[in-house]
Amino acid sequence: MLSTAAALPGRVWAAVTRPEAAFGATALDEALAALGDTPQEHEGIQFMTPDIAENGAVVPIRVEVDAGALPNITKVSVLVEMNPNPLAASFDIPRGTDVYIETRVKVAQTGNLYAVVESDGQLFMASRETKVTLGGCGG
Amino acid sequence: MAGRIKIRAEKKGELIEVKALMRHPMETGMRKDQAGEPIPAHFITEVAVLHGDQAVMQAHWGAAVSANPFLGVRFQGGEAGDVVRVVWTDNQGGTGEGETTIR
Repeated sequence: MLSTAAALPGRVWAAVTRPEAAFGATALDEALAALGDTPQEHEGIQFMTPDIAENGAVVPIRVEVDAGALPNITKVSVLVEMNPNPLAASFDIPRGTDVYIETRVKVAQTGNLYAVVESDGQLFMASRETKVTLGGCGG
Repeated sequence: MAGRIKIRAEKKGELIEVKALMRHPMETGMRKDQAGEPIPAHFITEVAVLHGDQAVMQAHWGAAVSANPFLGVRFQGGEAGDVVRVVWTDNQGGTGEGETTIR
């Protein structure tokens, strides 16, 4: 197995710095403001989340934008309104990569989830409510 | 500590579909153990999917990504037999990687 130092060419993350302010934000508005302008709703963003999550610790999500719906997408962020830090993840999308992301996130309690997409420097979003039976940040 | 990653890459038409499952506790730093002591934050902060030397996706994660994270992405321009790798680093300096060939 290759050593990870060799596996991580400097350029992989050199170009994109971590959005620390957005990750540190403790309210949805604050996190959105740290990402840029207020996003506009856009029907071209397909955002799949469960209507009801029995276990908030593992909530599957999918963000997909068809080629042509929004041009030149460079970034996709996933936010969970009711979490202590709403920004869960931010994905940088190079040219040639489809806008298709699946992952699983923690959702503290019932509320909206947001997929925010940066297209030609402008922010667009889709939101979905997920009801949580058992919270994802407890312990 | 280098965490292993289960990874699969499949060619479907023009697309390469990558699915990766990482082993990681993804601790938020807000939980307490049985003795009431806070469990330190321990989560993956950066993840990249590489096709050869080219990053086809890179992400910054917070502690709200679920434990033992799953990641699915799709990209174009890959061929059967090409190497696809997933690498991560966490907030405590830990790293993980996995690789597979496209089938």
